[in-house]
Amino acid sequence: MNYSATIGLEVHVQLATRTKMFCACNTDFGSPPNTHVCPVCLGYPGALPVINEEAVRLTVMTGLMLGSEINPFSKFDRKNYFYPDMPKNYQISQYDRPLCIGGAVAIEANGVAKTIPLTRIHLEEDVAKNMHVRNASSIDFNRAGHPLMEVVTEPELDSSEEAFAFLQALKQILLYGGISPCNLEEGNLRCDVNCSVRPAGQPALGVKTEIKNLNTFKGVFQSLQYEIKRQIAVLESGGTIVQETRRWETETGITESMRSKEAAHDYRYFPDPDLMPVVLSSEQIECWKALLPELPRQRCDRLVRQYSIPPYDARVLSADKAMADYFEEACRYYASSQATRSAHAVAPSAAAGDEKLAKTGPKAISNWLMTEMLRLLSEKGIDIDQAAIRPKALAELVRLAEAQVVNSNTAKDVFAALFEQGGDPELWVKQKGLVQVSDAGAIEAMVEKAMADHPGSVADFRAGKSAALQFLVGQVMRASKGKAHPQRVQELLKKKLTTTAN
Amino acid sequence: MVLDSGRDAVKTIDVPYVAHLARLTLDDKEIRDFQGQLDQIVAYVKIIQQVDVSGVEPMAHAVQIRNVFRKDEERKGLDRDVVLANAPVHDGEQFLVPKIV
Ligand SMILES: [Zn+2]
Repeated sequence: MNYSATIGLEVHVQLATRTKMFCACNTDFGSPPNTHVCPVCLGYPGALPVINEEAVRLTVMTGLMLGSEINPFSKFDRKNYFYPDMPKNYQISQYDRPLCIGGAVAIEANGVAKTIPLTRIHLEEDVAKNMHVRNASSIDFNRAGHPLMEVVTEPELDSSEEAFAFLQALKQILLYGGISPCNLEEGNLRCDVNCSVRPAGQPALGVKTEIKNLNTFKGVFQSLQYEIKRQIAVLESGGTIVQETRRWETETGITESMRSKEAAHDYRYFPDPDLMPVVLSSEQIECWKALLPELPRQRCDRLVRQYSIPPYDARVLSADKAMADYFEEACRYYASSQATRSAHAVAPSAAAGDEKLAKTGPKAISNWLMTEMLRLLSEKGIDIDQAAIRPKALAELVRLAEAQVVNSNTAKDVFAALFEQGGDPELWVKQKGLVQVSDAGAIEAMVEKAMADHPGSVADFRAGKSAALQFLVGQVMRASKGKAHPQRVQELLKKKLTTTAN
Repeated sequence: MVLDSGRDAVKTIDVPYVAHLARLTLDDKEIRDFQGQLDQIVAYVKIIQQVDVSGVEPMAHAVQIRNVFRKDEERKGLDRDVVLANAPVHDGEQFLVPKIV
């Protein structure tokens, strides 16, 4: 029998604020345990929480970017439970009046575009971090109280691929908006997953299970793959699915039932009397709306318009905000160096040439980014911000290649070197003696030597074996230590091989 | 709207369940005692249900103040030594509690 899966996600996002949700403690990751704590985030009796305005703004901005309706009246509630990760024995969250209602995220999975509707976006406080040692659990309250935004989807995702695509799309938008650093290693994004299966065509949803606290996108993908298979196997063998919370075990790659006692909760939400409701005026919302950042889609369109690069390039570049920023910065350097040159240009033809370069420059920069840069980044497993070659250096390298100071192979070597150690390409080329040899006399001497050294190849070419030409070009390039202008070498070789034949 | 009172209230509080949620251990006598006392309290509070509130928005807060915010500015908290001094068990860096998984 065929089955359909239905998936809903709850994504917890740590916001990029300097301080915690309800107190002025620092939110830096990786500080020594329990060094960013105060009476509020330690839940001391009588300590009063005060709302961090920036956390409200970031949540509303997210709602505006995702097309949510902003709740004009919003409030905070207490979610009551006993667990050592919350010293107050309740977590401040939002129950029936979240900051944002509805909205959607556009995704593309398996080549199909789809829009995933959101239920709500609300704001709460993160809990402390527990670690488990041999016979005790330890508690670090540094994380307790970090502003945590929860994005809840409708159960309208159909596969683990769609869940993965959703998370990527959401992350991209959050990064564009500066909402969160979205650093998965630091736990900035954590996910709870709801999942059920039912026979294809059956309208009623099956019984769902929940998988808690997934902190990688891969974990979401793999746990859903496992869970969907598991549920189908249970149904196929005549069993029934029990509504329960399960835990994903990364090492074994399976989901495991958590003891029902551990999972059974009655949170008894009620309004937090310590906090006043949040009432956002339409003027305030309009004011924030005016500050909305450019979203990936819009930026893609603009890159095509502004830099005349192909839509494919624009999509690849705009997928990553840091990559698109890098591209635009390199283009700015490129354009400014061009302006300087134009100012010095005497002949009008030079200016006309520059006009043409205004289009080829960005495309050349885009090519570098989409090929060499992406390849080296994935090889090293780093982000573009960590690459030692900076936008200015790339713009200059494009200039050097354009002016044929270096040939394209040398340019690649220079790129790889600067990718590792940074620096100025022109200086590098000079220091390493990589300036391209375009001088006709020098090339001619090398060509003649190559022909004299390899009479066999010369004869082969003249006998119609055109592959021999490439061999001879290779010999000249080697003799020049890669610095000869390859096209000129080829032209000259061809000319000599054909004209002196008779 | 006339609401139920008295006997119906008896069913509204499950004392052992509520005690568990509050992590209180009660013996049978305490459960019986509290059942009677809590039922009385609930029955008394239920009088308020006789008020017709149809069309009245539930209040989120008793005080009519809105938007109490703070700027996202850091202030130093407590020193760790001071904080850990309150803990029954700690390791110098972290609080220690009985194992929870
Ligand atoms: Zn604090």
